[in-house]
Amino acid sequence: MDFELSTEPLDVGQLRKRLQHPSAGALVDFEGWVRDHNEGRRVERLEYEAYTALALKEGQRILEAAKERFSLRAACAVHRTGLLEIGESAVWVGVSSDHRAEGFEACRWIIDRIKMSVPVWKREHYAGAEPEWVACHACTHAVEPVGSLGQELSEDHSSCGDDQGASGHHRHGHVHA
Amino acid sequence: MTTVHLQYFSTLRSQVGLGEETVVTSARTPEELWGELETRHRWNARRAHCAVAVNDDFAAWDSPLRDQDRVVFLTPVAGG
Repeated sequence: MDFELSTEPLDVGQLRKRLQHPSAGALVDFEGWVRDHNEGRRVERLEYEAYTALALKEGQRILEAAKERFSLRAACAVHRTGLLEIGESAVWVGVSSDHRAEGFEACRWIIDRIKMSVPVWKREHYAGAEPEWVACHACTHAVEPVGSLGQELSEDHSSCGDDQGASGHHRHGHVHA
Repeated sequence: MTTVHLQYFSTLRSQVGLGEETVVTSARTPEELWGELETRHRWNARRAHCAVAVNDDFAAWDSPLRDQDRVVFLTPVAGG
């Protein structure tokens, strides 16, 4: 059960090995990639900034909460920081469980929670324009720490996922990943 | 008066033009500190959309500020 931040490219093959468990029959993971567009603008690269001390603490709490909610053998997540090029992995979440249903549900829950309360911000870099911090125009609201909630996503989060890109199944935020 | 250490991230860091600063303040809570610094730095952010961390954990806006506390105002996060 580890949440980490990384300044280096993610080695997903290595990360998946952390989930190995003799009783696990399923591995589900999610990898969020940097894509070349957002809201009609061409994006050249992304820059991620983290409030490290709190991001690690909150990320770990999310993994621990996931373990309490779901029947998991292992859960890990890593978020990149720094400058990332198109196609790079920005975030990875992986879980292992005895059966697949719990794994799918838990993996989805963890990435949604990470996007909701782990203090990481991204800045888009464009060709010929100043970089801009990305804000969620649809649903600007304060961070909701995992420990402060009834653990359920509130209704208003379900309306603001933009579901872009191949990986876009988040319910919150502007999905580059 | 209380001495507190602020760290800025993301859009607040860009707007304030500083990664961190130490201020001597009469603010008794993060809410009062926000008001004081918003006036000083004229940043474009609404408190209702933000959260606050004190000493590296989430805190209530009306919690008491203590001398040497480390405060971070958190604009809406955008990871992933």
